[in-house]
Amino acid sequence: MGPYILRRLLIALPSLLGISVVLFTVLALAPGDPFGEMALNPNVPPQVREALRAKFGLDDPVWQRYFRWLWAMLHGDWGFSFISRIDVDTLILQRVPVTLAVIGASQLLALAIALPVGIYSAVKPYSWFDRIASTLAFVGFSLPTFFTGLLLILLFSIQLDWLPFVYRADISETGWAWWGAQLRQSIMPIVVLGLFQGASWTRYVRSSMLDVVRLDHVNTARSKGLTERTVVMKHVVRNALIPVVTLVALTMPQVFGGAIVTEQIFRIPGIGSLLIDAILRNDTPVIMAVTFVFACLVILFNLIADLLYGWLDPRISYR
Amino acid sequence: MAMCSLVLLLLLVAAVVLGPWLWPLAVNDIDFTARLKGPSLAHPLGTDDLGQDILARMLYGGRISLAVGLAAMAMAISVGVTIGAIAGISRGAVDGALMWLTDLFLSLPQLPLLLLLIYLFRDTLKAKFGPEVGVFIMIVLVIGGFRWMPVARLVRAQFFSLREKEFVEAARALGATTTRQVWRHILPNALGPVIVAGTIDVAAAIIAESTLSFLGLGFPPDIPTWGRILFDSKDYLDIAPHWALFPGLAIFLAVLTINFIGDGLRDALDPRRVL
Repeated sequence: MGPYILRRLLIALPSLLGISVVLFTVLALAPGDPFGEMALNPNVPPQVREALRAKFGLDDPVWQRYFRWLWAMLHGDWGFSFISRIDVDTLILQRVPVTLAVIGASQLLALAIALPVGIYSAVKPYSWFDRIASTLAFVGFSLPTFFTGLLLILLFSIQLDWLPFVYRADISETGWAWWGAQLRQSIMPIVVLGLFQGASWTRYVRSSMLDVVRLDHVNTARSKGLTERTVVMKHVVRNALIPVVTLVALTMPQVFGGAIVTEQIFRIPGIGSLLIDAILRNDTPVIMAVTFVFACLVILFNLIADLLYGWLDPRISYR
Repeated sequence: MAMCSLVLLLLLVAAVVLGPWLWPLAVNDIDFTARLKGPSLAHPLGTDDLGQDILARMLYGGRISLAVGLAAMAMAISVGVTIGAIAGISRGAVDGALMWLTDLFLSLPQLPLLLLLIYLFRDTLKAKFGPEVGVFIMIVLVIGGFRWMPVARLVRAQFFSLREKEFVEAARALGATTTRQVWRHILPNALGPVIVAGTIDVAAAIIAESTLSFLGLGFPPDIPTWGRILFDSKDYLDIAPHWALFPGLAIFLAVLTINFIGDGLRDALDPRRVL
């Protein structure tokens, strides 16, 4: 397993580099100049402006600037937030755990919906259960997350007044009450994200199960006299999950997109809402860093998916 | 299911295309005596905080939401087909490089990058093409630019299998140039799955545009796309829930019907697939 993980890590590095090049190119191509405002300020003489430009290396060729930026990022020098007046990396470190907790919990919820429903639908295809589940899955992934979020707020916070709709980072309760309050305020965001993902994964699980059910080894298992339960769980599900893992990894960028929207609706202090705030207030260092963190997270989850892939399908791993 | 959806979607499109002529109230008629009113005869879908008629705004904004969906789909399909076709017909290094690019784009975090691009390029495009056209062009370009990858993979896979088929070999034996093989023989046969992907892309693009507008980074307030109406309404959820419900339902209906149509097309075009 060790060499496999190492090789996967080495493959992930070029993608990270590629993403950093894309990010930097976008920034370099963008119109506007960090010293643009200074040019309009009559109190700053042109010599000072030129000296500052030279000091920060804005007149150097693009590739030199890229390597300098990359070098700084690698050293943990992520810049300074114009708005919050603290280092960008401290700002992001404060925010990342919340985002990861919400995303992680919602993915678990999505799996808890998608696996049983998808498997049961595929075991009895075209039954009533299957038809209803398929229709609901369709409805589920056609409902945009921002609309489900608003609907849930409307129903549970405004009509029924059961759940708070603003996420608070500073809960005064301690002990079990703290966990209770935490649960009450995170349940809606988690459900919004989890239902959306669960709906699309249900479809993946079902169609991939249906592909495997027809294979010969399943017939063999049945004719050996194994119980239906063993056949389904050991011979079908495990094989059917292999393509599902790939698809799940490929939808990771969408999950992060959904997380940004959800954080914005429920005012969760995660990196998604940090990004939106930074964009609305032109806080460039934060925008760059958060986008890069999102890219790293996507790559990390792809990596995890690949490791899972190796565990589910011993034929391909350790080569 | 697909036929019902088609009828519903056509109704929606007809309402959006013809509606602004048939419905007498204008998009930005401000009437402070009728602020935040629920549905009534004069305003079937109610009014917003400035007393503007929501039905009129939705009919007008729907045009833009649907137009963005279609235009972004057209862009995604053309880029995807071009890249997929080039990769599929030329093996080796070109194919490898293009597929690396595709994989790279697939692993980019799309929404953050969309937001970044809009943040960086918004003002230039606005200055060049005016606020409406500028924002439209930009949103179509960025959404389309992030949705071509699945199409490219699909087309490449189709090219790989079609390239070896007898009828292409026959064309090759008759001396057809590569361009002719691609245009006359391979591409027309590879389009089935592309049509399905394109249909679903329209839905995805509508969601993407609404998401951007919902985050306040899409169209300006005087262009009431469905997402923008939702964005404006979300602070009045407790007193005017109808304001958020109707545009949300419109987005949901458009996306759901398009997805159902795509599903039906897939069943019709690809009999092998079990779904």
